[in-house]
Amino acid sequence: MPLTTIFDIAGSAMSAQSLRLNTTASNLANVNTISGDAATAYRSRQPLFRVAEGGDAGSTGVRVEGIVESTAQPTVLHLPDHPQADADGNVFMSNVNVVEEMVNMIAASRAYQDSVEVAKVSKELLLRTLSLGQ
Amino acid sequence: MPTKLDGVFAGHERALAVNRQRLELLASNLAHAETPGYKARDLDFQSAMQAAGNRPVTLASTRQGHIGTADNLRPAAAMYRVPDQPSSDGNTVDSNREKTAFAEASARYQATLTFLNQRIKGLKLAITGSR
Repeated sequence: MPLTTIFDIAGSAMSAQSLRLNTTASNLANVNTISGDAATAYRSRQPLFRVAEGGDAGSTGVRVEGIVESTAQPTVLHLPDHPQADADGNVFMSNVNVVEEMVNMIAASRAYQDSVEVAKVSKELLLRTLSLGQ
Repeated sequence: MPTKLDGVFAGHERALAVNRQRLELLASNLAHAETPGYKARDLDFQSAMQAAGNRPVTLASTRQGHIGTADNLRPAAAMYRVPDQPSSDGNTVDSNREKTAFAEASARYQATLTFLNQRIKGLKLAITGSR
């Protein structure tokens, strides 16, 4: 059980949160993406976090189990003049909820900052332990 | 051969081990601040120290010449935290609480390091004389 376990834990949390920031960026970038049919419309993507197995003494890192697409229906717009409109004159806009994504972004960046702080403090403690007795 | 040197660190090495395990648990709690269903865990420092202190300071050995892990440096039992405000996804991490606990544990760890350093300095002085 080395002190470096904390770096693994904080590192896994940082990579999980940065993946969440990536999906949020992708969702926000595609908020106005339009598609010609409902099946191919952009759907908001969300990562699934789980507890990683195999940690000793109860401390474990974060594992990203996968990325799921939101099942919400895409917004239907009636734009008969749109080049991508279907036979009924409808286009399908992404189902991204901008407010949800902003909240996600703030939560992810706060969690990322916490992990950075944990890693920083652990590094200081490790260095002080190494210089014990000098 | 037991010598007077056994008691030099006066349990501070146990305090370091318990604090390190606590820091790990708190880091894990903070890492899982957004994981659904994660239950926050912590150590009771006092009872972990007492549990460690009740055992004699010996190396566990199964054969002659073996050097094993000291029994009192084994991990203590972690307990689930009672949440103040459990969230609907089953997560019981309160990151403010965890951050303050992490700060406290790191201060304790540094205090223990300072005590150890002073003790080592004192020993060195005793060995080398007043130089």
